[in-house]
Amino acid sequence: MRFHRVLATAVMVSALAGAAFAQSFEFTGAGATFPAPLYTKLFDQYSKEFGTKVNYQAIGSGGGQSQLKNRTVDFGATDVIMTEKDLAGAPAAIVHVPMVAGAVVLTSNLPGNPELKFTGDVVADIFLGKIKKWSDPRITGANPGVKLPDMNITVVHRSDGSGTTGVFSDYLSKVSDEWKEKVGSGTSLQWPAGVGAKGNPGVAGLVKQLPGSLGYVELIYALQNNMPYAQVKNRSGNWIKATLASTSAAANVPVPEDVTKMSLTDSSVADAYSIATFTWIILYKDQSYENHKDKAKAEALLKMLWWMTHDGQKYAEPLSYATLPANVVSKAESILKSVTFDGKPLLKEGGM
Amino acid sequence: MRNPRSSSVAFRTAIYLAGIAVSVLLIAIFLSLLLSSRPALVANGFRFLTGADWDPVTNTFHSLAFVVGTLLTSLIALVIATVLALALAVLMGEYFKTGVFASVMRTAVELLAGIPSIVYGFIGLFFLVPVVREVQIILGVPPFGVGILTSAILLAFMVLPYSASIGREMVSLVPMDLKEAALSLGATPSETIWRVTLPYARSGILGGVFLSLGRALGETMAVTMVIGNSNSLTLNLLAPGNTMASLIANEFSEATGTVYLASLIEIALLLFVISTVINILGKLVINRMVEAV
Repeated sequence: MRFHRVLATAVMVSALAGAAFAQSFEFTGAGATFPAPLYTKLFDQYSKEFGTKVNYQAIGSGGGQSQLKNRTVDFGATDVIMTEKDLAGAPAAIVHVPMVAGAVVLTSNLPGNPELKFTGDVVADIFLGKIKKWSDPRITGANPGVKLPDMNITVVHRSDGSGTTGVFSDYLSKVSDEWKEKVGSGTSLQWPAGVGAKGNPGVAGLVKQLPGSLGYVELIYALQNNMPYAQVKNRSGNWIKATLASTSAAANVPVPEDVTKMSLTDSSVADAYSIATFTWIILYKDQSYENHKDKAKAEALLKMLWWMTHDGQKYAEPLSYATLPANVVSKAESILKSVTFDGKPLLKEGGM
Repeated sequence: MRNPRSSSVAFRTAIYLAGIAVSVLLIAIFLSLLLSSRPALVANGFRFLTGADWDPVTNTFHSLAFVVGTLLTSLIALVIATVLALALAVLMGEYFKTGVFASVMRTAVELLAGIPSIVYGFIGLFFLVPVVREVQIILGVPPFGVGILTSAILLAFMVLPYSASIGREMVSLVPMDLKEAALSLGATPSETIWRVTLPYARSGILGGVFLSLGRALGETMAVTMVIGNSNSLTLNLLAPGNTMASLIANEFSEATGTVYLASLIEIALLLFVISTVINILGKLVINRMVEAV
């Protein structure tokens, strides 16, 4: 009799405990540093509301891609789409889900901190090392009324592999055939000129220290460090300064069937900023794989990603990230719905 | 009662094991570097050692720019450090052997070795770089501030303690009668130092110098903050460059692609081989000198 009572209590306790633990999951993610501040905020908020904990390591887009390929994380984060070669080398199909958009700006260090204007070909030639001085007619021509000194331009670029570099070089490849041929686009490049610094903060710091320097950083870093950044002439011929509005405008284009083919750089939209990018979360299309067989956990991951692209978007603008336009959100929805477990879709129709 | 024989056998076994373990570890490190870099050894071939391009976009990886950068920064640092170390060794070994000032100096020099590398990096970035920049502005060259010379100066202070401390010990061990003999034959104090004391302490000082060189070759964090991270081959001391260790620190975490990653490991292998060769050479030179004495 006593044994039955003990057994019943034990069963009840473990059932309750099981029910309690069933609700909270733990995920590991790794990848891009650009969206890291936003993801930290989102994961913190999500854990307050739903109990799920996420451990995110900002080790860079390349690191996120390789950790996902090695199946050591549940999801990765990357600023640049994985290449055909990388996708082919992965053990299974990988999907990219867009999260937010951001902009890369050109920041400079000149006496008086003037706001400059650049056309794409001028930027490419500066970074190629062909335009060497601030007093070059191609720069002064675009900046009437600004007193440009006869100083050497010191180019500052990234020394580490970076999604920011990937976006910037993607833009330069579009506006300059010589750049495309000589250097190309990628997260790590053979820079023809200039000095390298580690991370966005490194580039910002070096530009602040070096008189006459020109570097590229994510918009947030220029804003936070009160650094001047330039207007860029976009494909429609308008001088655009990077703002959240102009970044979102770059994304406001018909979304192709394969959303990963959507490149925001050198946009032809009238009020769009030219050097913008989505940042993506990557995960396996079929969530059932080696060491990863928990169906409830996979479903919880998808629910979290759904939340991040819907309710979570309201946390983006205060942190200077541009929210996804509606047509891209619906694309994200269909991608999340296409994620399966052992061949069967995880999310029911209508999402959450 | 414990059998003294068995405890000494146990002791001997323990120290033999320790020695073997260390040797095995060294060989294991070499082999694992070799195996992990195999895709790059195949893809890059011999051109890896002679070419100067480092292009992840076209998968072209050559090491010459970084080998030159490493050797330039290390050797210049060594020259600066050795001059300073000799001065300090003589000062602390000959003139200020005891007393408050002596112990303050000794502690200060030894503490230099204890400062973490990244702290040196910050000091270099905030204090040394602006000074070098001012000099470059005066000279009329591009005012990078960062560059090969800047990192060589920073490295010199980082490796100074090794040669200075050992040098001080060696100089203080020179027998008094040798020095007195020289002085009584009419040599001036400075001639005594140059002709008697330093040559006697030569092998020990050289040992310290090689220790410093070993540290300078592998120094990563401080160098990467002040060298300018420019992956092109340059012999211009006032221009930015890059070293092997700094390259790996910068690019390893984001390197995607098998050949890219393997090439970085190949650079690590090359650094390992160069350090080992220099250390062995150092030992040979010192042994030759000890025999001569």
